Amino acid sequence: MRSHRRANLGSYLVLGSLFLVVLFPVYYGLVGSLMGERDTNSFPPALWPKSGAHPENYADALEIIPLGNQYLTSVLQTTAITLGQLVTSALAAYAFVFLNLRWRAFWFAVFLSTMMIPYESIIIPNYLLVSQWGLKDTIAGLALPFLATGFGAFLLRQSFLSFPMELRDAARVDGAGHFRFLFSILLPLSRPSLAALGIYSALSAWNMYFWPLLATEDPRHQTIQIGISQLQTSDGDSPGMVLAGVMLALFPTLLLVIFGQRFIVRGLTAGAVK
Amino acid sequence: MSATPAAAQRRRDSLLAFGYLVPALVIFGLFIFWPLVKSVLLSVQGTDIIGNPSGFVGFVNYSRLFTDPEFLQVLGVTFAFTVLTVVPSILIALLIALLLQGRIRAVRFFRTAFALPFAFSVATASVIFGVLYNPASGVLNGLLSYVGVDKVQWLTDPDLAIWSVSAATVWMQLGYNLLVISAGLGALPEDVLEAARLDGASGFRLQRTIVMPLITPQLFFLVVVGTIHALQSFGQIKILTVGGPEGTTTTLVYSIYEQAFANNNSNYGYASAQAMVLLVVVLAITALQFGVLERKVFYR
Repeated sequence: MRSHRRANLGSYLVLGSLFLVVLFPVYYGLVGSLMGERDTNSFPPALWPKSGAHPENYADALEIIPLGNQYLTSVLQTTAITLGQLVTSALAAYAFVFLNLRWRAFWFAVFLSTMMIPYESIIIPNYLLVSQWGLKDTIAGLALPFLATGFGAFLLRQSFLSFPMELRDAARVDGAGHFRFLFSILLPLSRPSLAALGIYSALSAWNMYFWPLLATEDPRHQTIQIGISQLQTSDGDSPGMVLAGVMLALFPTLLLVIFGQRFIVRGLTAGAVK
Repeated sequence: MSATPAAAQRRRDSLLAFGYLVPALVIFGLFIFWPLVKSVLLSVQGTDIIGNPSGFVGFVNYSRLFTDPEFLQVLGVTFAFTVLTVVPSILIALLIALLLQGRIRAVRFFRTAFALPFAFSVATASVIFGVLYNPASGVLNGLLSYVGVDKVQWLTDPDLAIWSVSAATVWMQLGYNLLVISAGLGALPEDVLEAARLDGASGFRLQRTIVMPLITPQLFFLVVVGTIHALQSFGQIKILTVGGPEGTTTTLVYSIYEQAFANNNSNYGYASAQAMVLLVVVLAITALQFGVLERKVFYR
């Protein structure tokens, strides 16, 4: 009994210290975004807003860089990529599971092979292509290369494979064609997998850094991720404002992670568990 | 005559099925497969000063790779960065996950809290770490000043920068690793654990002999995915150190960026040869995953 209790106290101590270390950047990001320069630029810097909260940091961040525009760009890019991936993946997965596709194994291998190619190794030709097409600084240029993923098709195929065949046969007997079966029966019943893919796509699109850095030049057309990193280099003296920009960029994904965790786990571990 | 109605029907079916693949295949073709071919082509060409391919140069770009001391440093830095990020991020996540398995109060709260780093993008996390690492007014030096340590140049000291960038990266990786390991632990068969407990296994021994072998698939997955992810790292280096000081944080992908895009270098040929190195390394690791190592992993 005693040893059991002591082990538990030890666990709490280790867990508690890890908690402090891991959560500190989160805490400081939030609290720092409300601090004035008197707190952030003194040494040693304050760990809480000693000289009062400065919510105007957020207004400053929105003003100094065109953060409003960038927010909109990020929202549009993320929406386009997420919807695009859901549609292309669902269609492909449907063909893999329910249709008489010739060379099925070959095409499936083609889809899987796209997951093995690191994007950074083909980013130069992509950049040249998108500039050549005059798509720099456009939503199309930001989103087009990512409208389909092998991962999405793979995830939805796994989900479709477990769909009860009797239901599908029943739908067919009732005269449902492929499109009606897909859109009014299969997809509504596959909502958890669609949510998993959608959240995963949205998170990675919103958080993208390398591609938007190359695909945009005009600050008004940049995504929020690029915007806040420029903020840091252009005005390193006001950490409060920089952190306010970070918090604004973080807000949507924070909500997704807190409220969509079970879907995220489902999507992320699709490759981990056989 | 041989084309029976049934065969014709099958062909029509297959064509229709192929139609469902077309949208994805068009995207893959334009933005993955064609660029892949183009990368190979670029890597065997020179580049003029405004970035146009200047004709076939054979393997000059490749032979330059292995004699260029800067690139050899890049390989070393990439390797160090990979080890310094993958190993600690898995071990720390494993420790947290195992602790959360115990009878802990408010376990839900801790679980969500520890998963928070997962919400951060490479840009948001890097900017925050940049503020914390600031030598003049950063919190890290502030805290150290309380114990009498002089200001540390976290990102500009050549001996230290790689450690600082790696630490920030470990933090970014932590949430994801924890989610994967926790999912694995949550799916452990209760009957096996119960049997082991009845046999008198507990605490450390239970963890080592029963739990660890059962979650090797997750750990193995994280090693592979984490390694590939580390090899692809870019944002934190661009934001925190721009590859410096003295190239000590210039990893492979940052080097590709530097050659091709930084300061209007437009050195696409040489950068593409480096991109091919990245491709080959990642493909080799993927092959390793499917081949040799997977057999050693314990599956139920």
